[in-house]
Amino acid sequence: MQWTTLFDIALGAILVNNFILAQFLGICPFMGVSKKMDTAVGMGFAVIFVMGLASALCYPVNLLLDSLGLGYMRTVTFILVIAALVQFVEMFLKKSIPTLYEALGVYLPLITTNCAVLGVVLLNVQNSYNFIESVVYGITGGAGFLLAIVLFASIRERLEFSEPPKAFRGFPIALVTAGLMALCFMGFQGLQIPW
Amino acid sequence: MNIGKQLKEGLLTQNPVLVQLLGMCSTLAITTTVANGIGMGLSVTIILTLSNIFISLLRKVIPAQVRIAAYIVVIAGFVTMVDLLLQAFFPDIAESLGVFIPLIVVNCIILARAESFASKNRPLAAAVDGICQGMGYTLVLVIMSAIRELLGAGTLNGVRMFPAEYAVQMLALPVGGFLTLGFLIALFQWAQSKAGKGGK
Repeated sequence: MQWTTLFDIALGAILVNNFILAQFLGICPFMGVSKKMDTAVGMGFAVIFVMGLASALCYPVNLLLDSLGLGYMRTVTFILVIAALVQFVEMFLKKSIPTLYEALGVYLPLITTNCAVLGVVLLNVQNSYNFIESVVYGITGGAGFLLAIVLFASIRERLEFSEPPKAFRGFPIALVTAGLMALCFMGFQGLQIPW
Repeated sequence: MNIGKQLKEGLLTQNPVLVQLLGMCSTLAITTTVANGIGMGLSVTIILTLSNIFISLLRKVIPAQVRIAAYIVVIAGFVTMVDLLLQAFFPDIAESLGVFIPLIVVNCIILARAESFASKNRPLAAAVDGICQGMGYTLVLVIMSAIRELLGAGTLNGVRMFPAEYAVQMLALPVGGFLTLGFLIALFQWAQSKAGKGGK
């Protein structure tokens, strides 16, 4: 196992090809729950958790589908696995770790339709990552989501007190802000590990 | 049932992207060329119409507790069909849309219309709703991709309009997606407030 490969994947998922700002996956929750800092942090951690688990779970499922020659059923199977996973995680947390459940509570059901989760498992297949690479990609992809949404939420909290032109109030100014953040993240484009 | 009203809602007053703010991911990601925009728009329209009809037919059979899961399975089935058809007949478009075709499954527009319209109305009305909302989505995609392709690459649907060295490459990058959509929604809100004042 090459540590540098894993580091490369992590660096790519967090900074260079950030899920939100470079690949446009998971924009809906990014825009929807970024008005307050604490909700943004809660959503970010819930996404890391589910993306990591989904990557781990979909890897054997994909092997099974391939061995049965059912590759074309991938989309249907993966979305069902994710929906079931989210449901189980919710039930498990409710029983055993109620404090974490309280914190993530409302965001968990929303994650089923977060395209970053389905996106990461499909990209794992497309890039033909092995098991460990898939899990690392899932977790660091979630970490990239957390980074972007926390930065965005902290800007948006300040936007509340500013006065943009009337037509730009609300959503448009948020999109322009996100655009400027994407511009900043483009600075990471040339980033490469030297070895 | 009122087709004119549904059409107006889909294209303008309840436009899925500009007003309901649904389906952001695909709108931002694939609108780099007009061909992509049309391909994606038509795929979503077809899937939306078929899944609306199907869910409307099944609306009395599906128990309320598991309805979201049932909707997702229906939608995923149609998405897989369209995905395979695109790969077979339009490999270029399937290649450039990439992972965003299977991701139509989690496109909020389709789930939102299934939940708020198809599950409460008859199949014919649901079909019309699917077509109208799909057209509204396609319209926004085509406008956005035309702006981004023309200014970002200097071409329009592959035909060169001005030399590439005058193009603003930034618009074809992710930044351009966010900015173009932001300005488009701002323009729409401005036009709506003008129209509102004129009416009074």
